[in-house]
Amino acid sequence: MAEIIVEEKGGGGKKKAKKHPPHIDMTPMVDLMCLLIVFFMLTTAFSKAKIMEIILPEKVKDPTQQEAPKIVASRTLNILLGPDDRLFWYPGAVKEEDFNNLPPLMETDFSADGIRKLLLDRNRTLARTITEFRDEVIAGRINISQDSLQNSISQLKKDDDTGPIVLIKAYKESNYGNFVDILDEMNICGIARYTFMKIAWYEEKMVETAIAATPALASSTN
Amino acid sequence: MPKIKLPTQSPHIDMTPMVDLFSVVLIFLMLTTTMRQPEPATVDTPFSISETPTPDFNQMIFLISADGKVFMNFDNGPDTLLKYRPKILDEMGKRYEIEFTDLERRAFEKYKSALGVPITRMKEFLNSNDNNLKNSIQEGGIPIDSADNQLAMWILCARQVNPNIQASIKGDSNTEFSVVEKVLDILQDKNVNRFNLVTSLEAAKINLEEIQQ
Repeated sequence: MAEIIVEEKGGGGKKKAKKHPPHIDMTPMVDLMCLLIVFFMLTTAFSKAKIMEIILPEKVKDPTQQEAPKIVASRTLNILLGPDDRLFWYPGAVKEEDFNNLPPLMETDFSADGIRKLLLDRNRTLARTITEFRDEVIAGRINISQDSLQNSISQLKKDDDTGPIVLIKAYKESNYGNFVDILDEMNICGIARYTFMKIAWYEEKMVETAIAATPALASSTN
Repeated sequence: MPKIKLPTQSPHIDMTPMVDLFSVVLIFLMLTTTMRQPEPATVDTPFSISETPTPDFNQMIFLISADGKVFMNFDNGPDTLLKYRPKILDEMGKRYEIEFTDLERRAFEKYKSALGVPITRMKEFLNSNDNNLKNSIQEGGIPIDSADNQLAMWILCARQVNPNIQASIKGDSNTEFSVVEKVLDILQDKNVNRFNLVTSLEAAKINLEEIQQ
């Protein structure tokens, strides 16, 4: 491509055809190109960032006008994000009047054996349906497009009435990474109904009690 | 017996295929590149399994750094002719009684990365070419306390100019949740209930056996 073939002539009377045509030294060009490639590689944002959608319930402007939606206590699971990546949960509901006799919180963690197992145990039917459905699609037994796969899955979630209703609450010292982690866990486990709520004062108290009861765990989990 | 000829000069390595290959890679990179925008604060986004890509336009991004400062960015809309950015700035100027010149408007339109400038120092920020000064103006991020809630104003103006705008939140994993909650709260006050959380992709899969245990 970039070779120039020149028949060189000897200066003297003796004619001597050279065996190899002269080469243009490409090294500086290669150097420059290397530099440019490295520059582009470093500045290019190859993979776009992903987004996770979350819809929060509308703020109630006037609390007297609207009644809080009633949810079945037996299906409710409260997850409390604690400080230092700690995670607490309790089932059912706690009434404000019981603040003297609060149930103890159970502690779990963000691992596959922790919160995921807990959620999957409660959400077994739905999670199985979704995973089976998805596997069928991947195996090619059900032929639908990617978009309608998402739609079908959200329809499956909508029809479900056995899975848990998860209420996520964040203690004031928790961090944003944990919040995203727990929402992600909801998606992984296919939880149909979950929402994020403001933590109530008695729940803060429950978290504080739990931390005071097992302070050693905080340092070991870090 | 054939004669063995010794080469008279040192042999050259033929660089041509290498140059060819490099040209191809270079051209590919030049054509596909979208420059990464420098951000006023480094943010390590948390991981999630979500595979939805970020939309290209119609979004306002709230950058929340690990130390709790808030920066905001929005785009020019699906077509640069729409000039949403300078319009939002004008709208903002009206509320704070600051008149922006054409030059400042253009500077604002061109400015690509997230802003953490209090509106009172916006003129100074847009007119300066000194990066150190720019950084020092951005030190505190956008004020979000209830006495001077400029973030709420920005949201209001952005939504007024571009009704299709979506809110994205890009926080650091170590950001205290109370700051994020405050930003969510301000957004909800302005009737934005749908958020996109910017995350990095992480593979996680559950299998049937795990469920059936």
